[in-house]
Amino acid sequence: MDTNPDRTVSGAAAPPILAVEALTRSFGGLTAVDRCSFRVDAGRITGIIGPNGAGKTTIFNMVAGALPPSSGRILFDGDDVSSLPTHELFHRGIVRTFQIPHEFGRLTVLENLMVVPTSQPGERLWRVWTSPARVRRREREVWERAEDTLRFLTLWDLRDELATNLSGGQKKLLELGRAMMTEPRLVLLDEPGAGVNPTLLVKLRDMIRQLNQRRGYTFVIIEHDMDLIASLCERVIVLAEGSVLTEGTMDAVRRDPRVIDAYLGGGGEGGAAHGG
Amino acid sequence: MEQLYGIFVYAVFLLTMGGIYAVLTLGLNIQWGFTGLFNAGVAGFFAIGAYTTAFLTTAPSARHFGGFELPAGAGMVAAMVASALIAWGVARICIRLRSDYLAIATLGIAEIFRLVLKNETWATNGARGVSLIPKPFEHLPEPWNQVAMLLLVFAIVLVLYGLLERARRAPWGRVMSAIRENEAAARAAGKNVDKLRIEAFILGAAIMGLGGALMAHHIKFIDPNMAEPVSATFLVWVMLVIGGSANNRGAILGALLVWTIWSTTEIITTRLPTEWALKAAYLRIFLVGLALQLILQRYPGGIFRERRLRTSTTASNRGGGSHP
Ligand SMILES: Nc1ncnc2c1ncn2[C@@H]1O[C@H](COP(=O)(O)OP(=O)(O)OP(=O)(O)O)[C@@H](O)[C@H]1O
Ligand SMILES: [Mg+2]
Repeated sequence: MDTNPDRTVSGAAAPPILAVEALTRSFGGLTAVDRCSFRVDAGRITGIIGPNGAGKTTIFNMVAGALPPSSGRILFDGDDVSSLPTHELFHRGIVRTFQIPHEFGRLTVLENLMVVPTSQPGERLWRVWTSPARVRRREREVWERAEDTLRFLTLWDLRDELATNLSGGQKKLLELGRAMMTEPRLVLLDEPGAGVNPTLLVKLRDMIRQLNQRRGYTFVIIEHDMDLIASLCERVIVLAEGSVLTEGTMDAVRRDPRVIDAYLGGGGEGGAAHGG
Repeated sequence: MEQLYGIFVYAVFLLTMGGIYAVLTLGLNIQWGFTGLFNAGVAGFFAIGAYTTAFLTTAPSARHFGGFELPAGAGMVAAMVASALIAWGVARICIRLRSDYLAIATLGIAEIFRLVLKNETWATNGARGVSLIPKPFEHLPEPWNQVAMLLLVFAIVLVLYGLLERARRAPWGRVMSAIRENEAAARAAGKNVDKLRIEAFILGAAIMGLGGALMAHHIKFIDPNMAEPVSATFLVWVMLVIGGSANNRGAILGALLVWTIWSTTEIITTRLPTEWALKAAYLRIFLVGLALQLILQRYPGGIFRERRLRTSTTASNRGGGSHP
């Protein structure tokens, strides 16, 4: 149940798919991410943990192009992508989900997924008017993929419902569904397990593992559910107060007194004082 | 008999105007209904269309610019192109603005535009406007010239409806609505949100320009007052909201309905004694506002609500859907 024995352990020499260098972001006086540096190896599942407000989501926002960094660099595949817009990063293969679900409220559940795939000729107006057959053909493929995804997520019965009417957990699943509608290289999951029921959580974990092993997607997962992280990730990065506190296997990290301190101290000054 | 004929001619005129407003409302529906762009400068694009065709199709005159005597069809196409070009310029500057700021910016630009039309007398003849704009079919005998114009307007509305309805149901409409619903998620789904927004803004503006051109040809006259925020922008917004935002049928129905209310109240107000007439203009706006209130209480999403693709009814998207 725990770590998978036949997982290939690539050498440390392989270049990382993602490297974050001295990444910093402040909001007014608050430095949410503070000269943070880490690497993510291609083909692995990396976990990011840390107390509330540690800056995890802010890092995702910057890596996904939703928020410009104050300083520092983001390298994807060796290229500096720090200033690229979100849609361009998407086309390079970076896909993210949101901690707080971002559904398309007055679109149906099915439509929420059908929006996502790339190269839809039907998104070009003149194609809609001039080559409807081609548009329809692609639309059918997109439909089938969305159907598969919804069936997997046990949301198929809700396909015609407006997304705004879903429960919190269902919206969370839809969030994942949108990430599944693409062929990404790097998937950033922000608390995928929060609000998802235990049965589905097991399924979800297996799915992430499958996508990682069969399709080679690289995952970075922010999670407060330590068991989920422990069972998926061989490497875990611990953030506190905007920078990397430590990293290593879940077991090692769990025993690290600084980590325990950071969590107990709630990221406040007390914790930091003890840590230093 | 005489009276019946009068009513007939009036009805034709009323419907023609309603149809022209339907064109404007369909344009706004692309921007606001589909894509969520708060364009408060409908009047500006209306005016661009109207003046473009006026300059191109009138006979030469010392009073204003242009006078190329082009056919009305060419004038309408040029009106769409001119509106699209201006919309492109406006959108490049404003499209990233948050909804409320976009409204202020577009309203401001439209007002500036109106003042230019009013004050650049050498080109526009100022407040006296451009007259003698040729009207299609005007060589036909009464009332057939009016009827032919009505048919032309309705044909245009129908063609637009067909094209826009297909666009709405296609992935194009879906991605526009996705942007309207959640911009960040649309970006995260790899959509070039700014580009798509600009596209919707331009298409909507081009159609508004066509509406302006039709109006200029229909009443054979255009002046800067017709581009006032109340008579153009406000009315078109009310039409869309009452008819049903994001629903093309709603846009058309709303235009016909509100125009009927608007112009029949004019019949009443012009019969009032003169000391009342001025106040009556405000009374009309009040009445339209009241209609808006009443209809939105009964139908919160407008008379026709937005329709989404449903797997059970994909084969035939039935009409109606006004029930909550
Ligand atoms: N847009 C913003 N404006 C101002 N402050 C922000 C903004 N986004 C994040 N912050 C602040 O930055 C800090 C880090 O927030 P972030 O959301 O990255 O934390 P997190 O590690 O994801 O926490 P959680 O586990 O609770 O999700 C917090 O103190 C937060 O208040
Ligand atoms: Mg977070």
